[in-house]
Amino acid sequence: MGIERHLNDTVHVTNLEWFVNWARKSSMWPLGFGLACCALEMIATAVSRYDISRFGMEVFRPSPRQADLMIVAGTASKKMIPAIRRIYEQMAEPRWVIAMGACACTGGIYKNYAVVQGIDRHLPVDVYIPGCPPRPEALLDGIFQLHAKVMKEQSIKDPRSFPLKAAT
Amino acid sequence: MDQETIKEKLVSKFGDEVVQSAVAFRDQVAVTVPKDRILDVCRFLKEDPELLFDFLSFVGGVDWYPKEPRFEVVYQLYSLKHTHRFRIKANVEMAEDGLGHIDSVVPIWPTANWHERETSEMFGITFLNHPDPRKLLLPDPWNVYPLRKDFPLEGTEEDTPDLPRTAHAALDQPSE
Repeated sequence: MGIERHLNDTVHVTNLEWFVNWARKSSMWPLGFGLACCALEMIATAVSRYDISRFGMEVFRPSPRQADLMIVAGTASKKMIPAIRRIYEQMAEPRWVIAMGACACTGGIYKNYAVVQGIDRHLPVDVYIPGCPPRPEALLDGIFQLHAKVMKEQSIKDPRSFPLKAAT
Repeated sequence: MDQETIKEKLVSKFGDEVVQSAVAFRDQVAVTVPKDRILDVCRFLKEDPELLFDFLSFVGGVDWYPKEPRFEVVYQLYSLKHTHRFRIKANVEMAEDGLGHIDSVVPIWPTANWHERETSEMFGITFLNHPDPRKLLLPDPWNVYPLRKDFPLEGTEEDTPDLPRTAHAALDQPSE
């Protein structure tokens, strides 16, 4: 790809944690997983106009075993929770969760007996994106927030829980 | 056949007492029949060659709380041959067990099966002699009737809990 030309046979030094985080955030594999109308905005984000592939994640995987980012896009009904939990547990670590839209964050307008009042009751959510539905720009911004968060993770010290670094 | 004529046919077949009330609104007549006659009336409406209501569009319920009798079951009928429609209702009072009781019309229209299952789980109306009286949409452990007027919209943690991870045991079986 011509990158050798830029490296000029030199040695580059970085720290391993930064490098691992950089690799993780630069090629996230989102799961093709939509529950309601927010899924349409997620699709719009993926296709050419907003083109999520500019940020290293153009391929939405159909299998949770090939994905590390779950975008919970839409209303989660209580009957859906066992399936959502199962899909989440099937994803390989490290894995991240974005709650996209008012319904996934809080239940949204559906304050009733059938809808889960926020997916964070069941999944560890990394980034919340409000909106009903959020525009593709908002989803992209949420993904950038997640990228920034991944860059702060102590991925070498504790590869399972990867706590964030203290602010300096 | 127009709505009034259908009603007249019902009266001439079963007598006056089968029509408890007939409300006409925007050229549609809703006839309320006694709940213990529902099977007779429905069978006649389906099998009479001039009526031939061979398609049951919908079965639903209404909760008139705090009025008595509390519940109403509504049947929307359609005839594919004559392309006319009709609506019949039956009042169902709440029995001492906290449920309503009415005969199932599944023997007449098999499509009533799922409609009656949903009406049953949402309003707590038991359809007698229903061939498959399980819940349709709600989780099996719930023992509440969400479309009743005295049901709190948000439910409670005890009555309508989020389902546990193990709720769908079938998911854990390897697929064929």
